[in-house]
Amino acid sequence: MKVVVCIKQVPDTKGGVKFNPDGTLDRAAMMTIMNPDDKAGLEAALRLKDQYGAEVTVLTMGLPKAEDVLREALAMGADKGILVTDRVLGGADTWATSQTLAGALRNIDYDLIITGRQAIDGDTAQVGPQISEHLGIPVISYAQNLKIEGDSVIVERQYDDRYHVLKAKMPCLITALSELNEPRYMTPGGIFDAFKAEITVWGRADLKDVDDSNLGLKGSPTQIAKASDKVRKGAGEKVTPNDPAEAVDYIVGKLKEKHII
Amino acid sequence: MSLEEYKGVYVFAQQVDNVLNGISFELIGKGKDLAKDLNTEVTAILIGSNIKNLADELGEYGADKVIVVDDPELKEYRTEPYAHALASVIEKYKPEVLLVGATAIGRDLGPRVSARIHTGLTADCTQLEIGDFPINPIPGKETKHNQLLMTRPAFGGNTIATIACPDFRPQMATVRPGVMQKLPKEAGRKAQVEEFNPGFTPNDKYVEILEVVKAVSDTVDIMDAKILVSGGRGVGSPENFKILDELAEAIGGTVSCSRAVVDAGWKPKELQVGQTGKTVRPNVYFAIGISGAIQHLAGMEESDLIIAINKDDTAPIFDVADYGIVGDLNKIVPELTKKLKEELANK
Repeated sequence: MKVVVCIKQVPDTKGGVKFNPDGTLDRAAMMTIMNPDDKAGLEAALRLKDQYGAEVTVLTMGLPKAEDVLREALAMGADKGILVTDRVLGGADTWATSQTLAGALRNIDYDLIITGRQAIDGDTAQVGPQISEHLGIPVISYAQNLKIEGDSVIVERQYDDRYHVLKAKMPCLITALSELNEPRYMTPGGIFDAFKAEITVWGRADLKDVDDSNLGLKGSPTQIAKASDKVRKGAGEKVTPNDPAEAVDYIVGKLKEKHII
Repeated sequence: MSLEEYKGVYVFAQQVDNVLNGISFELIGKGKDLAKDLNTEVTAILIGSNIKNLADELGEYGADKVIVVDDPELKEYRTEPYAHALASVIEKYKPEVLLVGATAIGRDLGPRVSARIHTGLTADCTQLEIGDFPINPIPGKETKHNQLLMTRPAFGGNTIATIACPDFRPQMATVRPGVMQKLPKEAGRKAQVEEFNPGFTPNDKYVEILEVVKAVSDTVDIMDAKILVSGGRGVGSPENFKILDELAEAIGGTVSCSRAVVDAGWKPKELQVGQTGKTVRPNVYFAIGISGAIQHLAGMEESDLIIAINKDDTAPIFDVADYGIVGDLNKIVPELTKKLKEELANK
């Protein structure tokens, strides 16, 4: 079986978020990582490789430096990396991004496509379901468990107060939660091989059955009217009481002042 | 497409097991604001099986019209039949604005539908208004009036962006639960009800539901709590959450927690506040032993009053707290509970 995992290189917000003195985000100080939900999706695919000998291809769209995230995936055990990069694809919203990835996927043989639920920079969770719609295949989002049975996948799909055990015929697309599994580490041998491995690079011309009017900034139905780094409301008072009684008096005083009690 | 053909504010009225989700009423409430500015009406789209009886409740919360798509295929939520139902309603009725809750269902349904009908979708909005695009006139570029301006946080709540969808209809947004206000219920208020069934023909995209497993939970929804007593890794152990339970009981609050606590298995996921948990904005939020990772702040910083107790005086939680107390929670919290009991007993 053939599995394609869509992954994204994102700035690392976990633990490493830095602010400028004015309260805005200091992007230059942040590292890039493989998006966590995507990494869980990759791990799920690699387990299918371990179990069933699945062939795992990783696909990303981004700047040329997004190649790094493909090499990381190869070092974890993926078989093949494809980078879609082209100036005309830049500035894409989720519609145009999903059109781009669908255009690339039409050139790849797949039984199963796995994407992360959402990327930590955009948090939209839209690209996976939109890709599935463009390709006309079923989608199961928020997968928290996954197994293969014949020509179908069986997935636990999480909701607020329940989960469904769903069966979908392949080809289909699932979106993975980072809770799905604990991704493996890269192996030293894998890192060595990944550095030498050839990454396939595709541009606009390599996308199949996609109109120019659906790509990049021009093909994006949504447009940014205004964007700003959020300035937090700022700290209020901070006190360091000498003993618990003083702390308690302080809190109770404030609760009374605000008519909470 | 001719944009002028598209009229009216529509909301997806989410129901599960014949019970409307609170987000449905919140969307109607916000929809009424938008409809006023656009001089139009609010229509709720109710999708399910044997759910016609819910239309009255939507009317009482302000819907002017309800379109009911009722079919046995729609008994449990599945992406394809629901997407077919919603997309068919859009094709027939041509709404100008369509709001969907940013719930586990809405964030699956919304993208599938927006891709099917070729329009933009803005995820997880926290603010919606009608205005001009571009917001400030740009020489040589047409200013379009009466556009839906959709504001959303990104980057774990670190940035905010306002998005428009000027050339496609409907303008679609998923809206974060707990942010918009529902209107007071007006008993006896009626909506005009219309039934519509586009026909459902199962195909490979209709996935099969093998089993529905409901989580049994008797906990209060933390999104409804007026006072939250929230604990983080600093609480130290699941047993030690007892001192938070006691504080919550004394002040009439509910216990919630950070992601670290859920990851450690101390508390269930439904009590988690933050970007991957729930967004809350209670009257009072006690952050106890919570350092305040950015993802946590994104879920609680709109609380009216934030009181933080943490022994680390550099903890980022103090950057958003109205009142920060640097100290040992193990000593302060039990004392606070005792004092509050005395204060409230004297009233």
